[in-house]
Amino acid sequence: MNANGFAVDLVTSVGGNLGSVARSLTRLGVNFNAVDAGNPPDGSRPIILPGVGAFGAVMSALRAGDFDQTISSLVKAGTPFLGVCVGMQILFDSSEEAPGVAGLGLVKGNVVKFTQGKVPQTGWNEVRPVNNTSWPSGFVYFVNSYYAKPDCANPESDSVILYEADYFGKFCAAVSVGNITAFQFHPEKSGEFGEGLLKRWVSDVV
Amino acid sequence: MLSSGLCKRIIPCLDVANGRTVKGVKFQNLRDIGDPVELAIEYQRQGADELMFLDISASREERSTVFDLVRSVAEHLAIPFTVGGGISKLDDVKKLLSLGADKVSINSSAVQRPQLIAEIAEACGSQCCVVAIDARKVGCEFSSTKSSTNRSDRPAWEVLTKGGSVSTGLDAWVWAQQCVELGAGEFMLTSWDADGTQEGFDIEMVLAFSGLPIPVIASGGAKNPQSFVDVFSLGQADAALAASIFHDGLFTVNQVKTTLKNEGITVRLC
Repeated sequence: MNANGFAVDLVTSVGGNLGSVARSLTRLGVNFNAVDAGNPPDGSRPIILPGVGAFGAVMSALRAGDFDQTISSLVKAGTPFLGVCVGMQILFDSSEEAPGVAGLGLVKGNVVKFTQGKVPQTGWNEVRPVNNTSWPSGFVYFVNSYYAKPDCANPESDSVILYEADYFGKFCAAVSVGNITAFQFHPEKSGEFGEGLLKRWVSDVV
Repeated sequence: MLSSGLCKRIIPCLDVANGRTVKGVKFQNLRDIGDPVELAIEYQRQGADELMFLDISASREERSTVFDLVRSVAEHLAIPFTVGGGISKLDDVKKLLSLGADKVSINSSAVQRPQLIAEIAEACGSQCCVVAIDARKVGCEFSSTKSSTNRSDRPAWEVLTKGGSVSTGLDAWVWAQQCVELGAGEFMLTSWDADGTQEGFDIEMVLAFSGLPIPVIASGGAKNPQSFVDVFSLGQADAALAASIFHDGLFTVNQVKTTLKNEGITVRLC
């Protein structure tokens, strides 16, 4: 991953925490290429989509210039993809945060709001791997009012959950399905452990 | 009851002026104890969950150095950090966030113009808007003047601004409710009865506010690891902030967290 040239494409058009993910990649020595609707990814590199903000706002930013379709087709064609925070939520079909707004629908299920505790959940919580025990458990930093709920009618839904955590009940903290990985938490703000997860994903896909 | 794995947070606070830390820091292992970046990295290593940078620069010229500081901290730090002190304009908030701060803390400027809270929440999200409330207990007579609150049997706290030098006559509880409605994301609650005393956090005050629907960071008075046990178990704070106890090298963040864990309080040990 320290090869000359870019290792990954980092989506810049959704604002929010692009900066912190970019800085984290820099600390890890991962060269990234900033992509957006005007300079779209071509599928030759894995794609990272960070996102802070509202589901509806992120989706409408992505739809500008049909960038959502560019991303969807590349992911469907097998390009490795990492979504972070709202970048995870928009992979699903819909969200309670923006009724009527369609997500990318690349993972079946919807995004729902926490109904107990202080919202947003703010701070460090422990994530435990559900299926793939090669991912370590540890503490990561969350700031989220909503969380993804993979489709329970789908017999494969359980197997898409990579991490779960407790916030007045279990919730899905990360998914992994095929070439798609997504974290609800902020690996770039989760100290050494979080940067280890980013590093692990990069070394898996690059 | 359903459990939450959310950890109680420990937040060291660094006072900075003109881009340098100003409170006496007594660490031996730092090359430059006045360098906020080096100190920040040390606290991250010790297991700090977040950091607070409080800019106490006296002049506008000095204050402009905070932007360079934020950029540099963000490059090096892999945990969230908040910047506070003298922030009164949405443009400054946007600039600090774009340079890499995760949150901003506003205090006197919010009391002067509460709409600033709504502006930050609308433009950048509630999660990055920490409202710092400095308050001092005024007994029961204060709230009895607030006919609408009907809580005259409870103690009351008055909001102070300008570093504790100005009494506003504002009931801190009423102010806190207003902040929540305007979109504040967290409170940093500093007790001016406890601050600097090193006699422990103001448990009564923290407990009175910890039931609010947004996280409460308790500040002022930390003496030893037991102070943190008390503020979480008795005060039910979501996070605790301290300066001298860590800067003086009396206890490391990790020592405090180990004590908390031994007392059954959920913390992140690294």
